[in-house]
Amino acid sequence: MKINDVILKTVTRIVVFIILTFGVELFLSGHNNPGGGFIGGLVLSSAFVLLYLVNDIETVRKGIPFDFKKIAAIGVFLAVGSGVGSVLFGENFLTQAFGHFDLPIFGVTELSTVVLFEAGVALTVVGVVVTIILTISEDV
Amino acid sequence: MIETMLMVSLVLFSITISIAIIRIILGPSMPDRVLALDMIGVNLIATIAVVSIILKTKAFLEVILILGILSFIGTIAFSKAIERGVIVERKRDG
Repeated sequence: MKINDVILKTVTRIVVFIILTFGVELFLSGHNNPGGGFIGGLVLSSAFVLLYLVNDIETVRKGIPFDFKKIAAIGVFLAVGSGVGSVLFGENFLTQAFGHFDLPIFGVTELSTVVLFEAGVALTVVGVVVTIILTISEDV
Repeated sequence: MIETMLMVSLVLFSITISIAIIRIILGPSMPDRVLALDMIGVNLIATIAVVSIILKTKAFLEVILILGILSFIGTIAFSKAIERGVIVERKRDG
């Protein structure tokens, strides 16, 4: 039976970009405002879940050709690597550093190594959540 | 004056959510329950907006966005499960 879902597909094409933008905004606003890697990753993965709901697995895999298990592994590696990096400088494990730099366009910006750790957390959350959703929805 | 109106609206929203919960428990068919869940989501969003007006804060606006996204995806998933019986398809045949 063929079902007509033009409205759903058209709405999703726009809404997915809104959700992805909001996820990135949540990821970047962490540390000073509500936000951070974990819930940013959750919102990003909800955008991917919406794509998988509206289209099917084969179509989305053609457009996003990543293995989400590998993305989770890369995220854990990044998070642990940002902790080990502080050991190389003689500090304790997971010691973070920040500083103010004068960048060409942005002016004086606060850059911090916490962003690397949070990026690892976000990648891990995206990979794990999408893998869980795809695994429990398997109907074979 | 405006404080009283906001408080009254909060009470009415909670009554609405209780009625929707009754509909989820009793609901004769599955679409009734899905509609009641969607209604709870919308009422929660309105409640959070009223609470953030009362507390005079902007901290809850992201909560509103996330609740809207999640209730949207939840409604789509429920209605797709009712209509087709499968939520995420492997290969669409049409």
